[in-house]
Amino acid sequence: MGLLDIFRSRSQEPSAKMAKERLQILIAHERGQGQERTPHYLPEMQKEILEVIRKYVHVEDDAVKFEVEHNEQFELFELNITLPEKGEGRERSD
Amino acid sequence: MSKVLVVTSGKGGVGKTTTSAAISSGLAMAGKKTVVIDFDVGLRNLDLIMGVERRVVYDIVNVIQGEAGLNQALIRHKEVDNLYVLPASQTKDKDALTEEGVGKVLNDLREEGFDYIVCDSPAGIERGAQLAMYYADEAIVVSNPEISSVRDSDRMLGILASKSRRAKDGETAIKEHLLITRYAPERVGTGEMLSVEDMLEILAVPLLGVIPESNAVLQASNAGRPVILDENTDAGQAYHDAVGRLLGDELPMRFIETEKKGFLGRLFGRS
Repeated sequence: MGLLDIFRSRSQEPSAKMAKERLQILIAHERGQGQERTPHYLPEMQKEILEVIRKYVHVEDDAVKFEVEHNEQFELFELNITLPEKGEGRERSD
Repeated sequence: MSKVLVVTSGKGGVGKTTTSAAISSGLAMAGKKTVVIDFDVGLRNLDLIMGVERRVVYDIVNVIQGEAGLNQALIRHKEVDNLYVLPASQTKDKDALTEEGVGKVLNDLREEGFDYIVCDSPAGIERGAQLAMYYADEAIVVSNPEISSVRDSDRMLGILASKSRRAKDGETAIKEHLLITRYAPERVGTGEMLSVEDMLEILAVPLLGVIPESNAVLQASNAGRPVILDENTDAGQAYHDAVGRLLGDELPMRFIETEKKGFLGRLFGRS
């Protein structure tokens, strides 16, 4: 490091820190993709859950949403059911 | 029991061939019968780095296609005992390498009594790279402290874990090692280069070694002499340590701290 560099390096934010942050975000994202980590049983399970719900409530196909998220330590399975508004489709509510 | 070791990275130009040459030489110097194979069909360069380019007669494709025997294609290194080079073909197309053909060559090398079979992978994730890592027992992932190299290393780790023979057969996973090359501690000190700790945090693979950025590497390739043979150089010593760790020694990391300079050196010195 020369005399000039001492002044120069003070005025800049260390770029390695930026590199690390960008990499951490990118890699967490890419690890989720590309490696086919969606469970193979998902479509079948999705169908069956929909059938079970329909025993009690009438819902459309798109009222049930599935999502699998990958985190560093765990996988998150998210199931969202949108129920119809009151009186609309509650066939067996009694 | 022979071990198949792949040297891989995804990204080109990070030091795979330099590393393959150094590690295979180091293993041979430690008394292990070692062969290093160039998988870069069409762009062979390992022969140059090993200094055997004028002795290439047959290559791995000739062996796979039955045009030459294994012992005709293997080149014995003149300076290092126990060390052999199996070159890649320079002219034939990349489809010349097949999973079956490579498997047979590796089996024949096992039967020849080789302790270590080092596979120098081409860059990228195409056929040559896939075949270089497919049969591996251990992998050295070479990475520079640079953003695109780290990303590609992570991709390669994903491929090792999902597409190798061990993954497909449900065996224990390939043992992974991270080797950081072209490391410049003074640039890490000024915050302009990713540190060893940063890279370990991101990639989460055990560290095999850190090779400093060094003039010795270019000089070694100019001369066709693996850098590990230059025992007085920083890079040579760092590779020597890495080979020791590969063989189970516990050695402290060297060349990762900035050399301490005096006050005047800091003001006027050029590193």
